Amino acid sequence: MLTCKEFLQELSDYLDETIDAELRKKLESHITECPNCWVICDTSKKTIQVYKGMEPQNVPKDVQDRLMLALQKKMAAKCGKVKA
Amino acid sequence: MADFVMETGEGGNVFDDTALVNLARGGDANAFGHLVSRYERKIYRLARHITDSESDAEDVLQETFLKAYEHLDGFQGNSKFYTWLVRIAVNESLMKLRKRRSDRTVSLDEPSDNGEEPMMREVAVWEGSPEEQYSNEELRGILEKAIQGLKPAFRTVFVLRDVEELSTEETATALDLSIPAVKSRLLRARLELRERLTRIFKQKGEDVLAYL
Repeated sequence: MLTCKEFLQELSDYLDETIDAELRKKLESHITECPNCWVICDTSKKTIQVYKGMEPQNVPKDVQDRLMLALQKKMAAKCGKVKA
Repeated sequence: MADFVMETGEGGNVFDDTALVNLARGGDANAFGHLVSRYERKIYRLARHITDSESDAEDVLQETFLKAYEHLDGFQGNSKFYTWLVRIAVNESLMKLRKRRSDRTVSLDEPSDNGEEPMMREVAVWEGSPEEQYSNEELRGILEKAIQGLKPAFRTVFVLRDVEELSTEETATALDLSIPAVKSRLLRARLELRERLTRIFKQKGEDVLAYL
């Protein structure tokens, strides 16, 4: 049986499903017997999910306008160089 | 993006990044504009997360796309365009952070991780799903505030892996870190965020149990 400390060290890889079957089995057996680690595992999984589900906001219009202006200047300068 | 109108190729197919990069290299301004509109929201979010400043994020957004345009010929195509863009944005963001905190060096190499186990003070189940409990705006505010509470070395790794969804290898390359360093910082960041979010999302009346 793994200790809680050992379980926590493997938690990220467990959640990312990047561990081998044997270790996975040991981790799963740990959480069925350790309610604290089960809760930590469950809430860590939800933490990752809630961040992954966050849609990026639109870039504010004025910020976008300044970006476009800077890019157009850059493009004009590049074209100028090519022609020259 | 009113000035860039190209949305689709012939037959209504959306151009993939590689096709757009090739068109942009050939001098097609609309093609690069389309790449900008495809990724500007993500790059702006990434910059805000790392710099924790809207004005710095605006500069980073601009510098990222200007540099990308300038160095488009240097883009090898053996990595994804988006990953390449992220690398530029991360470098620009870290430069901003370092400039702002010139008294204290902000370094991703610095092992701010002193090897101690993160403390688990909040061991409680969550009250339903946060998406149902809070409006999008409230939830976004909670999540962003929690990220800003992390040290830059941890939040940068978390943002690349779990918000921008880069792979461990891509994150390691973007930050010039080893894979074990990315993994250990990610674990630490996830556990710290879990702790912070549990304080907000835990079931009311649930006891706070001391862990270990």
